[in-house]
Amino acid sequence: MNAAAPLSPSRLRGDRVTLAHGGGGKAMRDLIDEVFTCVFQPPGDEDQARLVDAAMSEPGAQLAFTTDSFVVSPVEFPGGDIGKIAVCGTVNDLAVGGAKPLWLSAAFIIEEGCEIALLRRVVASMQKEATKAGVRIVTGDTKVVGKGQADKVFVTTSGVGVIPPGRDIRANAIRPGDVAIVNGVLGDHGAAILAARGDMALSTTVTSDCQSLNGLIEAVLAAAPGLRACRDATRGGLASSLNEMAEASSVGIEIEETALPLRTEVKGMCEILGLDPLYLANEGTLVLFVPEAEATAALTAMRALPEGRDAVAVGKAHGSHPGRVTMRTAFGGQRLVDMLVGEQLPRIC
Amino acid sequence: MCLGIPGQIVEVTDADNLMAMAEVSGVRREVNVACVVANDPEALVGSWALIHVGFAMSLIDEDEAAKTLEALRGLGEAQETLEAMAQGDAALEGTS
Amino acid sequence: MRYVEEFRDPKAAKAVLAAIQSVVDDIGATKEKPVHIMEICGGHTHAIFRYGLDRLTPDGIEFIHGPGCPVCVLPMSRIDECVEIAERPEVIFTTFGDAMRVPGTRKSLMQAKADGADIRMVYSPLDALEIARRNPDREVVFFGLGFETTTPSTALSIQQASREGLGNFTVFCNHITVPPPIRALLNDPYMILDGFVGPGHVSMVIGVHPYDFIAEEFGKPIVVAGFEPLDLLQSVLMVLEQIRDGRAVVENQYARVVPDDGNPVSIAAINDVYEPRPSFEWRGLGEIDESGLRIRDRYQAFDAEAKFGVGYGAGERSVQEPEGCACGQVMTGRIKPFQCPQYGTGCTPEMPLGALMVSSEGACAAYYTYGALEAAE
Repeated sequence: MNAAAPLSPSRLRGDRVTLAHGGGGKAMRDLIDEVFTCVFQPPGDEDQARLVDAAMSEPGAQLAFTTDSFVVSPVEFPGGDIGKIAVCGTVNDLAVGGAKPLWLSAAFIIEEGCEIALLRRVVASMQKEATKAGVRIVTGDTKVVGKGQADKVFVTTSGVGVIPPGRDIRANAIRPGDVAIVNGVLGDHGAAILAARGDMALSTTVTSDCQSLNGLIEAVLAAAPGLRACRDATRGGLASSLNEMAEASSVGIEIEETALPLRTEVKGMCEILGLDPLYLANEGTLVLFVPEAEATAALTAMRALPEGRDAVAVGKAHGSHPGRVTMRTAFGGQRLVDMLVGEQLPRIC
Repeated sequence: MCLGIPGQIVEVTDADNLMAMAEVSGVRREVNVACVVANDPEALVGSWALIHVGFAMSLIDEDEAAKTLEALRGLGEAQETLEAMAQGDAALEGTS
Repeated sequence: MRYVEEFRDPKAAKAVLAAIQSVVDDIGATKEKPVHIMEICGGHTHAIFRYGLDRLTPDGIEFIHGPGCPVCVLPMSRIDECVEIAERPEVIFTTFGDAMRVPGTRKSLMQAKADGADIRMVYSPLDALEIARRNPDREVVFFGLGFETTTPSTALSIQQASREGLGNFTVFCNHITVPPPIRALLNDPYMILDGFVGPGHVSMVIGVHPYDFIAEEFGKPIVVAGFEPLDLLQSVLMVLEQIRDGRAVVENQYARVVPDDGNPVSIAAINDVYEPRPSFEWRGLGEIDESGLRIRDRYQAFDAEAKFGVGYGAGERSVQEPEGCACGQVMTGRIKPFQCPQYGTGCTPEMPLGALMVSSEGACAAYYTYGALEAAE
């Protein structure tokens, strides 16, 4: 990939974005050409997306469409950057609904003074992740806003995918007895971001789990076609995803604290700051429900892939107190796992 | 109230201001050790302290920790004896 | 995690729970006629619900959740003063995350931040000191909140600032102390408590002797406890054994962290920097004599009350608690959180009306977050 290398001698002046780069003139064209389209769009491609894919024309196939904005601070963090998240996030949004992600758009709100080198790195990592996930970034937009009106760069990606005929994965399809499976350790992204922000002066080797999960979900579907529901446990963590699913399906969900996969460092950070890892954000972690008879097959298929290496069953759906999520504690007690109220704040008391 | 967690002092970072690095499960944070230092901060390296809001508040007494665990184990053994007795009774009742 | 995992061993819990059941039987306590044990510290309340201990212990024990949650007992007027300071253009207001969501009469710190105040969450007052060093042209105020556990950290930070001659660092002192409200609770004619689980981390600073009056004057047992589930269960067992045997003494279950005499450096720092206020207002409990601390005159340069002319005694002293709020009755054990008419309707963690719904350590919030199972069943 020639991500950082412009095609011809650079016409960009200076190494920071100025308001001129948003003015609609030559400066803007140069920025778009040299930073964005030279990476996202192979030479000769048209700039409007005319989308054709064989999957779309299958009888019974459905289009899936989603959008998400990304405003992470810091923009670059251990394990990824805003570009990687912007691709993974939208790819995963499509994939958890059973869609095969195909095309993305990418829109950038750039703060005056943002380093062009940073933009190049973000764009390169978007392209890298898109290639990995098998999607194309087919259209985009840039705007420049004054200093202080954004934090370096904000990215919005929208995504289109196709749900093959006969596939029906919905958050409201979970039945009592279904097994809850997560694909890996919880809370790495939240912990990595917290450490990277530096406000708490904590240092750790934890990196973000940011990754695309469409390949993993296809593998699960091949092994466990009865897959009922799937959610990527992003903001609000596993606890919020489970609550949404319990409510949508009108089932109770009980998870086992001893089964929850957590890194020692993430546990340590939670103990220091008084946080609950169930509510820490993830960017490459999903929770899915399969019929009990297919749980082993799903786990085996997941563990065969790097993004599912640590897959584990964490709990079950049941018929009592619908809409509620409970946890059997490691200590043998039981407690309610509620939705998060607002943002989880570090506490000292 | 008063969240605190045991951490190990791993190095002295600023002896003059009594600052040292503490580690909790692989997470590091610089803490003030004024409350637990005797003479030489270096002597603290390797020891465990209760960390609260960036301060090492109290050194953890290994012997006392062992005593508490011992008392808990004692309860466990007493419980096992009771259960064994109960099982014995049940077995006796079963044979009669 | 050393000194943590060992005290979370579920196998050991079984034995302690069996021993607790046996003593509860000896006492003859039942669900209808329970033993009332107050865990003073909000950290213990949190741990009881986090580990589901309330559901593991016999029905004959009823936990009464004490006033040891500094955020919960903070009167609204103090938050108003925080907002007033934080909204000054020259101020960087630093605080522990706990205080951000506490409602004031006008707004919370979170809302003040949204309105443009420079409010920053920190993990330690040391971080506030560092912000002051890096921003010599700004006034950095640290919100000194908490019981004796936290007080030494702000005292030592003020001493450090004084040594460095840092002219732009002040503490807005709202530190409070544990023994006075316990005395107030014990003097309450409706008091139904049979024993106490004492606050472990407060005690590592002040030692166990400040609780002598509980045993000697009021004849109630108290056991200073650690924060892991086995610590709590063992402490409950020790309290129950005292009740069964008709004893009332101060015992120390948390000796690995709590020296009987506390920490001399911490105590010296507190006494050097702070002195008791004649009286301090507690949300839900009212005014309690000598229950709050203020910065001594010799450190006046580091006192936000002096520098900004706000604070205790300067403005409106007391703000009426919201109508229908029964936090005071919950805190004294007269009613359970769910018996309050506002619980879950007029007062939820999203829109807290009373103090006990504000912090995750508040009894009502803890019930709401972790304990609503009974209601669902």
